[in-house]
Amino acid sequence: MNKASFYIPLAVFALIIVSFVLGFGLGNRSELPSALIDKPFPEFSAPDLFRPDQVLSREQIVGRPALVNVWATWCPTCAAEHEMLIKITERADVRLIGINYKDDPDKAIAWLGQFGNPYDLVLVDDQGLLGVELGVYGAPETFLLDPSGAIVYKRVGDVNERIWQQEIKPRLIAMSPDVVHGIDAASR
Amino acid sequence: MAEFGHFSLTLAGVMALATAILGFSRSDDEHWAAHIGSLALGTFVFASISFAALVWSFIQDDFSIAYVANHSNSLLPWYYKISATWGGHEGSFVLWILFLCAWTLLVVFRRQNYPVQIYTRVIATLAILNVGFISFSLFTSDPFERLIPMTPADGADLNPLLQDFGLIVHPPMLYAGYVGLAVPFAFAIAALLENRVDALWARWVRPWVNGCWACLTVGITLGSWWAYYELGWGGWWFWDPSENASFMPWLAATALLHSVAVTEKRGTFKSWTLLLAIAGFSLSLLGGFIIRSGVLTSVHAFAVDPERGLYILIFLGVVVGGSLLLYAQRAGAYSSQVSYSFLSREFFMMINNAVLMLSLAVVMWGTLSPMGYEALTDGKISLGPPFFNRFFVPLMLVLGIAITLVPVLNWKRTRNDRVLSFLRREGVVALVVSGFVAFLVQPDLFAVVVGILVAVWIIVTHAFDLFMRVRKSGAQPLAYLGMTIAHMGFACSILGVAITSTQSVEKDVRMAPQEQTTLGEMTIHFNGVTQVQGPNYVAQQGIFVVRDGDNTFELRPEKRRYLAGGAIMTEAGINPGLLADTYISLGEPLQDGAWAVRMHHKPMVRWVWLGALLMAFGGLLAIFDVRYRRLRARANTTSSDAPISEPVGA
Repeated sequence: MNKASFYIPLAVFALIIVSFVLGFGLGNRSELPSALIDKPFPEFSAPDLFRPDQVLSREQIVGRPALVNVWATWCPTCAAEHEMLIKITERADVRLIGINYKDDPDKAIAWLGQFGNPYDLVLVDDQGLLGVELGVYGAPETFLLDPSGAIVYKRVGDVNERIWQQEIKPRLIAMSPDVVHGIDAASR
Repeated sequence: MAEFGHFSLTLAGVMALATAILGFSRSDDEHWAAHIGSLALGTFVFASISFAALVWSFIQDDFSIAYVANHSNSLLPWYYKISATWGGHEGSFVLWILFLCAWTLLVVFRRQNYPVQIYTRVIATLAILNVGFISFSLFTSDPFERLIPMTPADGADLNPLLQDFGLIVHPPMLYAGYVGLAVPFAFAIAALLENRVDALWARWVRPWVNGCWACLTVGITLGSWWAYYELGWGGWWFWDPSENASFMPWLAATALLHSVAVTEKRGTFKSWTLLLAIAGFSLSLLGGFIIRSGVLTSVHAFAVDPERGLYILIFLGVVVGGSLLLYAQRAGAYSSQVSYSFLSREFFMMINNAVLMLSLAVVMWGTLSPMGYEALTDGKISLGPPFFNRFFVPLMLVLGIAITLVPVLNWKRTRNDRVLSFLRREGVVALVVSGFVAFLVQPDLFAVVVGILVAVWIIVTHAFDLFMRVRKSGAQPLAYLGMTIAHMGFACSILGVAITSTQSVEKDVRMAPQEQTTLGEMTIHFNGVTQVQGPNYVAQQGIFVVRDGDNTFELRPEKRRYLAGGAIMTEAGINPGLLADTYISLGEPLQDGAWAVRMHHKPMVRWVWLGALLMAFGGLLAIFDVRYRRLRARANTTSSDAPISEPVGA
């Protein structure tokens, strides 16, 4: 056998390592494909965080473009994401629905009192059952729904400026151009 | 206690470093070889103390230790507290280190079997790996780190998925196999350094290959069994990355197992055997170290802790890259020309290796290419089970057909008329039996018919051969028995896979209490749901009465809510049987006390694992063959390329 051919395993290994370095270096692995994309948001019934005797269902969240954000007080990334969510409600005319995931409702109310409440509605999912329906890996996760209630985009991990600019805003504008206003509308 | 454990681990690291330095610098010296053995023993003792200290911290609920606080809870039963020790990546790493020390110690115990130059270099190679692992543990993922002064009142609990008997035994077996591959790797490195690869060398390595291969086989089997009953999906293999991570080294080890046999018997396949030994351990590092250990469960973890990822990449680069470089420079000397005909064991071993390498390439491509694709195009793809199955079904059938002829084949060449008469005799029996099985099963797919035929054929030829040999010359060598059992095990697995994956019946229904439904020929009656209190969970337990002909039994699947984390888990109710499992799991509660219920009838699913266990048992049995015990007397004979003659081959 040719002497050089004994170097082939080394070359294969080098190739694998390089793809590892590139693959991890990009740091965009949180955009996982979801089986739910283009599927209707599932039917559910969950209590309202602020009015526990009120039971909310799917009809109350569809009809307009909406961002459904899964969050919890035990999740540090959610706290970091919170500011961005407040900014989004200022920049765009989109409904923001919170799902308080595997959490204590009293803590959640106190938390929103302290940091501000960007949500139009907050659903309570203290058992995580709705989370199972939605295929939630962990908090935070955010779903973008179109007016018909179909899931257009799913973000695992925090929504930050890049995700807003590159993923969410273009999709919102595609749904209806005047949803986004202010500086964001000018920059499109 | 934690500081004590930390200190012991440091000491073990220092001793391993000393072993490595001495082993490489004093490799020809009998006198020093004894000290190297003592140092390896010392490393083992201190690693054990360190591991025991960690276990003790778990038993004592010492939540001031961050790792304990994150992976345990005072409500956990004691046995899960112990198994929680390896429930996370820091702790499983200490277990990994302990196993490496244990394998090293086993080599030390067999010191008399090997010439001193090989022995010292093997131990030194193992020790240098250990230095790498221990420093990784100490510097980047210290399991003994304290949470002072913010000691939590109670722990965050062990992931409920892991609170299970399968998860007490599965990771240790798997790690023992993963780490065990370091021993053939070390032998390969020692052989390359010493420029000595011959039949005798192959005989030294073989028991180690068998040992770690058997551990890996059992580990993978336990994992599959666990996924089957714990995840509640009714599947037993999902081709997910963590499964593939253990399957890739297994494929390489299986190829090695066969290739090293050729090297021993015929003095050929040498450079190939060396490459497989290196590849086996490299894949176990790649898989076990990176994917399985949970170091890189997600990029979030990587980003939070870039030094871990960097350390791993450097370690992997040095160990694998270094050994492959050594291989590239030295292995060229071992290419040999030995002639053999088409109908020979050598040729069929080559088929075996080619099929296994193709399978490995498929799994590797399926696991790594989504990552590579993402790196290049920023997009996501996922290659699911259809991708793997498309390749694996034909590949495994080819492998199976090759195995059917093993009993008749000789080394070098086999007379055509012998093969023909063998085909006529055993082939007819196999055809009749498999025709009968196929009649009972009534498969729809042609591949399943072929699968049944191949499996039955393997069993028939091997059983026949065993019978003839025993009748002719009484007791048989353990190596031969081991091979026969392992091949029959493979056949059982093929049979199980072929039948269970095509003949299973699955049904998702909504059931209210007192309702009745049918599954195949069974009627299933739902009696309703009761509340059950477990040690650290409360469960909704469904009661189903299944009637199958005259046979009536009860299944009680559960939906559990764990108190510490609030996590919801599904516990399937299974009625196991050699011929079929009945499997019921609870889905979501619906209105009016009704539940979504998932039920499966899975024929022959147990054969998948039974076959795998037989394979492992066969591998273990072969280790105790008398010819590995005779090594002692020959250890210091000069290098020889002459194949070692044996009355019967294996």
